[in-house]
Amino acid sequence: MTAIANNSSAAPLTIDGVIIDDAELKKRLDKAMFRSRFRAFLLVLPLLLFIVFSFILPIAYFLMQGIYDSSFSSKMPEVTKSLKDWDAVSEPTEEMYAALAADLRVVSANKTIGRVATRVNREFPGSRSLFTSTGRSISKLEAPFKESLVEKKKKWADIRVWQGMKTASRTWTPGYYAAAVDLKLNADGSIDQQVEKRRIHIKLFLRTLKISFLVTLFCVVLGYPIAFLLATLPVRTSNLLLILVLLPFWTSILVRTTAWIAMLQSQGVVNDLLVYFGITDDGSRYSLIYNQLGTLIAMTHILLPFMVLPLYSVMKGIPPSYMRAAKSLGATNWTAFWRVYAPQTIPGIGAGGILVFIVAIGYYITPALVGGQEGSMISNFIDSHMRQTLNWNLAAALGGVLLFVVLVFYWLYDRIVGIDNMKLG
Amino acid sequence: MAIPAYAGWGERLWYYTFRFLCGLIFLFLISPILIVLPLSFNAENYFSFTPGMLGLDPDAFSLRHYKDILTNGMANPERLTGWWSDAWNNAQWIRSMRNSFFIGFFATIIATVLGTLAAVGLSRSEMPFKKKIMALLISPMIVPLVITGAGIFRGFSDGARLINSFGAWLADFGGPLTWIGNWLNEFELVYTHLGVILSHAVLGTPFVIITVTATLVGFDQSLVRAAYGMGATPLRTFFKVQMPLILPGVISGALFAFVTSFDEVVVVIAMASVEQRTIPRQMFSGIREQISPTILAVATILVVLSIALLATLELIRRRGERLRGVTPA
Repeated sequence: MTAIANNSSAAPLTIDGVIIDDAELKKRLDKAMFRSRFRAFLLVLPLLLFIVFSFILPIAYFLMQGIYDSSFSSKMPEVTKSLKDWDAVSEPTEEMYAALAADLRVVSANKTIGRVATRVNREFPGSRSLFTSTGRSISKLEAPFKESLVEKKKKWADIRVWQGMKTASRTWTPGYYAAAVDLKLNADGSIDQQVEKRRIHIKLFLRTLKISFLVTLFCVVLGYPIAFLLATLPVRTSNLLLILVLLPFWTSILVRTTAWIAMLQSQGVVNDLLVYFGITDDGSRYSLIYNQLGTLIAMTHILLPFMVLPLYSVMKGIPPSYMRAAKSLGATNWTAFWRVYAPQTIPGIGAGGILVFIVAIGYYITPALVGGQEGSMISNFIDSHMRQTLNWNLAAALGGVLLFVVLVFYWLYDRIVGIDNMKLG
Repeated sequence: MAIPAYAGWGERLWYYTFRFLCGLIFLFLISPILIVLPLSFNAENYFSFTPGMLGLDPDAFSLRHYKDILTNGMANPERLTGWWSDAWNNAQWIRSMRNSFFIGFFATIIATVLGTLAAVGLSRSEMPFKKKIMALLISPMIVPLVITGAGIFRGFSDGARLINSFGAWLADFGGPLTWIGNWLNEFELVYTHLGVILSHAVLGTPFVIITVTATLVGFDQSLVRAAYGMGATPLRTFFKVQMPLILPGVISGALFAFVTSFDEVVVVIAMASVEQRTIPRQMFSGIREQISPTILAVATILVVLSIALLATLELIRRRGERLRGVTPA
């Protein structure tokens, strides 16, 4: 800056008759910089808009269902209002019963009572039929409603039904996220642990983490030697061997999963070979598939190229002279490898490992096809909540937890490897 | 890494053991893919080798499963006239193949155009919030597909409803607005080809960005300044100077995007009806419902396709290296 200042004081610079002093120069520079920044941004803008509108916003919308649920409050406005002031322990009053009867009359008439019943049933299992059967005769009931409702169904006097309704009436609720980590939201707003037999989600998350970790470990153990071999062989041979890594990489996941079914099923190739070599007899073939082992084998096979390729590119960048230098200084082969070579491959292990882990943790297809019951992962569970139990809210909460874990590792990947250093093929 | 002549027996032993272990790992990688090929010619309706196949008996092999690909779902496979149009319109696998190529083609075009533009912008040094935007644009690759599928399904169905009501509002104005409004009122994304294409385009863009950015790292920005200096417009500079040099990255990015779409099944399960079924979707239900060797025949065809793809990529890579060899580094 001083050089320019000196210049301008000696002989004022002019462009098109305008004197360019420091301030003017800065203004023009800023303007030009802004314009070029804006132009670069314009190039990115179409994709940014596309991703925001057809990826980010839809996912945010989906995840919002994990904390937002108006299926009770929108259909039962009167009783929602009266439940708000209720302390969840005292006996329900006649006004509350009257509000309930008024709402039930409406939802029974417009045939949405099923959804209301399903919603309360989630909070207090077994209350579904209470709603549907009361709904059928609600128009015949008369005030005082407390007596007529309890007379119709004794269960209406059960305070747990009312507590269930109070929990269900919350539009913005932490209940689903609590359920996703095996906690339970009570009617008075407190949260405690879910009953023993319904604590399944943490177990499932842990299993998913365990499978992903094991797959990552297997990928490192199997990927490291062949990446090392590929990096040390002459280019011509290694290019040929690289095909054996790249062909699976480019082959459809469905094809590879199908192939593993053909390999591992009880009448499959591996069992046939084992019988042929007398390792097992025909009657007691191993069950290698439709269990956790099947998921582990197929997923390791599918994700192994994601490990080998980054490792290979890191190893290729390590000059062979380092190992030679170590050996000439008196190191044994093992010391030279362990103290000189291996530390330099850690970035490759990090890049490949985190990538494999991230992809593995959200895996759906392979566990669904070869995993059976005990080899299924959290993604399969989320999917079954959307398709079978139709509990989208819980699916969204479970998805939110899963996404959080994935994003933590994505952040880690960015810190260690850098997103702009990601390479493919 | 040949073994030196002075190596002791221990080193020799380790050398051969290591190679043997690597051989086993390569076998693990490639054997499932190779096993599919002979099994698909099985004359029986089995998923495993029959004794006849192991004895190389010619009668144990047949093309029946390949014929099944063509005929499964046809109105009348025995009829001779109009056979082709019957297969083209009705056979399940043929229809899913058409869907796969149709969806893949348009998803690739969207992903490649938007992704290349964004990569060019992102690789400029003056780009603001570069890392944050990049992280956002790569995220479709990272987010678990089940979440992506569910999110896009919910977002697209309710988003389309929003557009519908906007269309209904617009239609009240009369004139050409009525026509546009009515069209928007009918607009659907879920269970349409357009919906699947858009979601696959989302999934494909990260690959295009990554590959194109990688080629742009070696790109000499002074070439652009030189072109500007000689009076070329930005558009002309892009197509005549920049594009030919980053073309290998663009093509391999497009191939990645195509394969991603071609291979994707989770989002298709969420977004597609029977009309939009793709090959992987058809295979998925095939494996779950009735597992027949027809799936192996389809798998064989796909393996052949991926070999062709691999060869194409290798050619592109060589061309790219040759081209970058002549530009000043």
